[in-house]
Parts: sequence; C-alpha cells; structure tokens
Amino acid sequence: MAFTLATSLPDIQSASVEKGELVVRTVRDQLLPLMQMLRDDPRYRFEQLMDLCGVDFPSRAERFDVVYNLLSVSHNQRIRVIITTDEHMPVPSVHHLWPCATWWERECYDLYGVIFSGQPDLRRILTDIGFEGFPLRKDFPLTGYEEVRYDVELRKVVKEPVSLTQDFRDFDFVSPWEGMLTLPGDEKAHEVRQGIKRTRG
Amino acid sequence: MTDMKPVDTSTIEESFIQKDIPESLLPEQALQNGERRTVEIDSHALNFGPQHPSAHGVLRLVLEMEGEVVARAVPHIGLLHRGTEKLIEYKTYHKALPYFDRLDYVSPMCEEQAFALATEKLLGIDIPERAKWLRVMFAEITRILNHILNITAMGLDCGAVTPALWGYEEREKLLEFYEAASGARFHANYFRPGGVARDIPADLEDRIGAWTKEFRAWIDDLEGLLTGNRIWKQRTVGIGVFTTEQALAWGFSGPCLRASGVPWDLRRSQPYDNYHKVDFKVPVTRQGDCYDRYLVRMEEMRESVKIIEQCLTQIRPGAVKVQDPKFTPPPRADMKRSMEALIHHFKLFSEGYHVPPGATYTAVESPKGEFGVYLVADGSNRPYRCKIRPTGFSHLQAIDELSRRAMLADMVAVIGSLDLVFGEVDR
Repeated sequence: MAFTLATSLPDIQSASVEKGELVVRTVRDQLLPLMQMLRDDPRYRFEQLMDLCGVDFPSRAERFDVVYNLLSVSHNQRIRVIITTDEHMPVPSVHHLWPCATWWERECYDLYGVIFSGQPDLRRILTDIGFEGFPLRKDFPLTGYEEVRYDVELRKVVKEPVSLTQDFRDFDFVSPWEGMLTLPGDEKAHEVRQGIKRTRG
Repeated sequence: MTDMKPVDTSTIEESFIQKDIPESLLPEQALQNGERRTVEIDSHALNFGPQHPSAHGVLRLVLEMEGEVVARAVPHIGLLHRGTEKLIEYKTYHKALPYFDRLDYVSPMCEEQAFALATEKLLGIDIPERAKWLRVMFAEITRILNHILNITAMGLDCGAVTPALWGYEEREKLLEFYEAASGARFHANYFRPGGVARDIPADLEDRIGAWTKEFRAWIDDLEGLLTGNRIWKQRTVGIGVFTTEQALAWGFSGPCLRASGVPWDLRRSQPYDNYHKVDFKVPVTRQGDCYDRYLVRMEEMRESVKIIEQCLTQIRPGAVKVQDPKFTPPPRADMKRSMEALIHHFKLFSEGYHVPPGATYTAVESPKGEFGVYLVADGSNRPYRCKIRPTGFSHLQAIDELSRRAMLADMVAVIGSLDLVFGEVDR
C-alpha cells in the first residue's frame, strides 16, 4: 500500500511504514488531491478523519507539521498524512471532505497559529476570550504571560502579567558524571584523564 | 443574532417595508446611498449552560430558536481548558500519566491505557501476561462505570430519577475495586508504561467474581426501568438521528457509531493488550437515534461482564510489570538492601527513562469511543508532543447537525446520548 501510494500522485515525498503505521509525507499543494483520493478511491476508502494536529519544530524553515490521522473502517486501516508549513503559508482546508475537520482545524489554528485556507470558521476554540499568542508553540512559555483573578474592588475579573513566587524549574537531568567532564579548578588534572580516555577509545 | 441580507428593491413590493418608521429611527444599514435594505433579526437566542445541569459539565450551547424548535445549535467550548498537552511536554513520561486520569474523569483507566500503550510502542517493550489481563479487566470495569453514569444521567435529564439512585450504588461497588487496586477511587494512575502500578490484593479476584454474578440481575432491573418505558421511548426514539454516512463523516466512534449501524470496535478490529483472547459480541443497531445509543450501551455492559468473567478464569499469578529496572521501579524491599535498586529508583523518579525518537498514533476503544494519543518522542525523557484525540470533541461538533429542527426539550436527550465529558473535550 505504501508503494502504490508513493507512485500514484506526484509530489509525494515519502510513503513508508514507521513502527507498523503507514505514514505519507506530501506538500501543501498536493494535499487536497491526495485526501480526495484517499477518501474516495475504493482501494483506500478512508472514511474518517480521526485526528488533525500540529507539531512545532522551531529550528526548521517550515516549522510546523500538520498531521492528519485517517481511518478506514471498511479496510481496517489507518494512515497518517504529514505536511509542513510555517506561520504564514496557508494549508488547504479539508472541511468539505470531512465536516468534522472544522473543529480540528480551529484547534490547530488556536494552539499553533497555522492558517487554513478555505476554512470559513477559523476562530479560536479552546483558549480564553481575548487570548493572544499560540500556546502550544515551543517558544510560548509554559506559565504563559497573563493571569486572571477576581478583583473585589473593581468587581470583575482582571488580567495581570504572570507573577510567580517560584520560577518554573526546568531541570537538566544530565548527570555531572556524564555531562560536565571538567570540574572547575580541575582542568589540568582532567586533561590528563581525558587523554587517557582518548587513548582507550 | 442578526443576519443582514441586502435586498434588491426593484423586485420587492413597496408594502413589504414598513413605512411608519421615521427615517431617523432606522438603523444605519437601512439607508445607504438611498438604497433600502431589510434587516432580519431573530430575537430567540437561548444560552444553554454552562451552568445547566443537563449540560454535563461546562458546555455553553447557544441555541437559535424558532419558537420551541432549534434552528441552530452553536457549542462554545474551552471553559475547562487546562493546557494538558502543553503540561505533558514539560513532564517526564512517568509524570505525564496522571494527567490522563483527569481528561475523561468518568473513565480514567481507559485513557491511561492509551498513553501507556503509545509509550510502550515507542519503547518497544512487551508487558507481562498478568498485566495485560489486569488491564483488560479494569478497562471493562471502567466501561461499566462509564456506561452506568451515562445512562442514568441521561435518564435523569429526561425525567427518570430512579436509575440514577440505583446506578450510584452500583458504581460505588466498582469504585471500591478501583480503590483496592490503585488506592484511589477516581484518579487511579494505575496503568503505567510497562505494566500496572502494583498487583491487586489477594481477595480482589473473588470479590469481582462475586460481583459479576449479581450484576447481570441489576442490568435486568435497570432495563425494566427504561427499555420498555413509554415516557423514556417518547423522549428518545427518533430523536437525534444520524445515518451511517453522517456518523462516518463527522468522525463518530464507539457506541455512537455502532448505533448508526457500523460494526466497528477497536477491541475487535485492532485488538490491544489481551482483547484478542476474549470472546465478546459487538452490539450494533441501525436507527442511529438516542434510544439506539442507549441500547448499545446497555448491551455493552452485558458484554463487559462477560469479558471480566473470562479475565478472571484466565488470569494467572505472575509479574505485573516489565522486569526491566530501567522502566519499572524496583520493589520497596529491594531498595533497603540493594544499592543498584536504590539508584534505579532515584533515576526513574527524577530523570525518568529516555524514549527513542519516533511517533505513533495509538488509539483504544474507550467507553465513549476512539481515544487516541499521537505521541512524538525526540529521544529525551519528555514527550516532544502529545496530542490527545478526545472522543467527545467530534461528537459535540456534530450537535448542530444532530439536533436540526429538534425541540428544545430534545436537546438534553441528544447531549446525554452523546456521552460528553468536558475534561477530555477541553483538555
């Protein structure tokens, strides 16, 4: 199946079986023809879009993966379609193929800021009213920027910048025995030891 | 809700537009460049929830009404959004697990199972046989727990009070099994990557066995209250009908999909743990209305009891965790004597284990339907991305389609039959 998929349409970057799961990578422009084929072709018949989500890789040029998990009830088969995009390049919406895509796309837009073209209802869905930023991006801090509380005098909920009594502690679990090879003040002795290590290796 | 439509004045009769309104009182849109426009305003917008007891949590449903008929239902979600996926990215795999109890808090162990299976798949480990049986057994106990609450709460919404009173008593017995196994009644944190947290107490198998014998009669009693009940049928038969095509297109799963005539159950078609070793039927109905969704859940409870009985006959003593100290903590007694065990314990609970790079979408048949975890690992001790595929999300999305031209009172039956829990919808 991976082979027929890889050869059936142009611009399919890869189609492979990873950990027993069928994964197809393609480009944005080819998404709609591919999805249409996956849904309607009797060889595939992926009737259900089970999940759509984004993944952020800030170091890449096109930082987002958009991942579609499809399910074929008639063939008992799953497939994962992955395309890449960045903050500005819109991804074609698949809501006319699977109506349930609307909320998944809204969620992906809400959490990552991925724009879906042709989606008539691209609003925020999970976050608070008036929320700014895209919380699941890797450069968005875990603690966020704003906190809300009820102000007794103003008699309303007010937003304030986050103030933490204790900073978020992000532990570096690399053990000093493995990570930091040179202890301060121990450089000279260490060079000798490293020399020994090198000769061993 | 305002809906503006520009009207071509040439085709419309002069009498259509009210003349007795002075121009100064007309809205701005009415006179633009001398062009007449009519503005249609529907004043019946009804806020259902988020404090409504039949909203099953914090659903805010804006209903556009035409008299007592629902013209449009717009759900507003996110009131219980806690950023679970973001939090999981900052925790080790071990510490991420308890978040899954808090997603669908009515069926916690099934959610844990999805995450545990996904992690095990990426780690490439296989868990011992006893752990698999324990997981299947507790997943089915969870299914019954969930269905009891759903059916009885739906009954309560439609005016049947007795099932809820009976149901809570029965749930209490099941929660005691939960407590005996995991130490907690709800947030169990029991299924772990690599097995289960600990073995069950010696007498628990007998207690569960005794309970299965009396539970069948209880289902019969419950059915006597509802299945043939005239009022119950009037409230549910033919309400919220979804065809097979609609159910597939809207991403339905679980009992809601089976009620629309699709014989699809992940326990059967893509079995995990020990589901391929048990014999059970997959109930399917054809009408796809609220009553059918209720019937499917009823039958599933009977099948679950059957699975639990098979688990009890086939389960054998043995290990309940992978016997690899890199993934599972050592026994307490060992830590007092063995330096190795102490180091392993410390490393597991501080640094955790590193999961090799890879991605998997692993789904389980939770009581509500397909609950999936899309887990991306980058080789560190924390998930790079953990997307949770909640079941109720796609069910709730279809509520507009499902309740089109329904009566206001039918909305509670529709919401009840979809089995929504906002812990997982909002995440």
